[in-house]
Amino acid sequence: MSHGIDKVALAVFAALFLVVTVIGFMAARWRRAADIMHLDEWGLGGRSFGTFITWFLLGGDLYTAYTFIAVPALVFGAGAVGFFAVPYTVIVYPIIFVFLPRLWSVSHRHGYVTPADFVRGRFDSRALALAVAVTGILATMPYIALQLVGIQVVLETMGLGGDLPLIVAFAILAAYTYSSGLRAPALIAFVKDGLIYLVIGVAIISIPHQVGGWSHIFAAASKHLAAVNPKTHKPFGSLALAPAGRWAYGSLALGSALALFMYPHCITAVLSTRDRNVVRRNAAMLPAYSLVLGLIALLGYMAVAAGVKPAGGNAQLAVPELFKTMFPSWFAGVAFAAIGIGALVPAAIMAIAAANLFTRNVYREFLRPGATPAEEARVSKLVSLVVKFGALVFVLGLDKSFAINLQLLGGIWILQTFPAIVFGLYSRWFHRFALLAGWAAAMAYGTVVAYHVPVPGKPGSHFGGPTATAPFIGQKAYIALTAFALNVVIVVVLTVAFRALRLPEGRDATVVDDYVADAGEADVRDLPGLVDVAGGQPAPASGSPTSPGR
Amino acid sequence: MEGEGRRAGTGVVRGVVAVLLLIPCLALLWVPSYTRVTPRLFGFPFFYWYQLAWVLGGAACLAGAYVLTMRLERQRRAR
Repeated sequence: MSHGIDKVALAVFAALFLVVTVIGFMAARWRRAADIMHLDEWGLGGRSFGTFITWFLLGGDLYTAYTFIAVPALVFGAGAVGFFAVPYTVIVYPIIFVFLPRLWSVSHRHGYVTPADFVRGRFDSRALALAVAVTGILATMPYIALQLVGIQVVLETMGLGGDLPLIVAFAILAAYTYSSGLRAPALIAFVKDGLIYLVIGVAIISIPHQVGGWSHIFAAASKHLAAVNPKTHKPFGSLALAPAGRWAYGSLALGSALALFMYPHCITAVLSTRDRNVVRRNAAMLPAYSLVLGLIALLGYMAVAAGVKPAGGNAQLAVPELFKTMFPSWFAGVAFAAIGIGALVPAAIMAIAAANLFTRNVYREFLRPGATPAEEARVSKLVSLVVKFGALVFVLGLDKSFAINLQLLGGIWILQTFPAIVFGLYSRWFHRFALLAGWAAAMAYGTVVAYHVPVPGKPGSHFGGPTATAPFIGQKAYIALTAFALNVVIVVVLTVAFRALRLPEGRDATVVDDYVADAGEADVRDLPGLVDVAGGQPAPASGSPTSPGR
Repeated sequence: MEGEGRRAGTGVVRGVVAVLLLIPCLALLWVPSYTRVTPRLFGFPFFYWYQLAWVLGGAACLAGAYVLTMRLERQRRAR
């Protein structure tokens, strides 16, 4: 702020931003005009995304401001603990390898477009489906908030001061999603990934060299982390994890991995694949992303070694400031554009996925069953705006020392839908009321515990971190996982009780064979409308969860 | 994958797949096994290079699991 506006970087940033956006919108429109049949192919949903495109799209779910800003910021400020993102993104693949093909199959047999659709069909419970939908919408908000922070910090680094960066970030996102639907972001994702690879490549090759090699980077980091933080009167962190941080580290990795593919936008991307094994093939290929993610995380240490001192001690500024110090202005502009677009595109996809979830599983289901497609499109657009305002509330209301806490807060909530969705994919033994009770208890528990975590150095403050002392273990652990354990215990105990009481368990719309069906088999169909509700072309009624689909 | 256990060997293959999927998870969730600084590699403390190495190890495990799973699915369809 005090160093004035970097005109060259800002100009390059604005130009790239504009060009990429215009290309995206034009391409989306051109396709639309040329051949309506091609829409399916391009709109993130229609059908038939093969291995290569899915690799890009799923990778896009990982490469967000989370990767570029939040993770390195945590490494910069707290050391080894920030590296949990690496085990997280390794563990996530075996997990999705196992359960997503089953979700793909049953969804394509029955026209389920959201996880809430599946839960409704499987457990015959509108209340449980509502719980899953509402959780998805709620948990997406802090995740979008993280993206807003990402755009905000690059604008701030380029010299825009005060509240302006956040307002601009919000305005861009709102305008962008409101007018585009999902097709433009899906197209821009390719350009975005290209830009990001370029920047990462240059950063991880040139910066270590410029600051004196990896040995020097880790030595500088070690020295910095051992120093005492004036706010907490404890060391900032350590280079290898302190023994007290082990449970937190492992539980953050596992909790995040279990939570990731519960998010509505991630599930949408998976359901849009061509056949059930595309996901598996990708699970074996996507770790390439994790490797790069690990190197990006270490940008936090490079910032330490380069002597970056972010304004106001804001760790989120570490990477942008590092780029500004290390790169010529014009390339810093390119890097900032990559980060900015890399935050904007996922934020748009998340907002639209959350809005579609509302329209489909709340509005159509509970408020206006007979809504016309035009009405639904209007509602979707409006809700996507509401979701973004929700995200803004999270940005303004929560402590900013580590933006990653926003995403981790979302994880606490979204993970509580895991039993209904994933257990449901394997067994109908669990009782719908038990799942609902477990969800409610875990949501309440997780929220209350997270509320009472103070910001380090500020007693009495709230939502200050993702970990709290777990019962029985007596160690700090990720609240999401503790709440999840509580959730599972309640679900199991109550299922036994409710079955003994013979409470009605509802009718299961699915059969065993539905979970292994593949493309080309009987009754396996494309999912139209997977995406397009917000884009102005709502899902046809055939995709409705109310039709049994056989 | 229900009802596949009849064919001889299928159970074994499924077991191998399960083990392949579990290996990277268990290795990385066993946090105390790698919270050290030495031995270093290319200037990276052990904590960092070990986990990055598991990204590759995990990819290899998943590739193996993928090949075996495809074989199982082909068998299932052939019946």
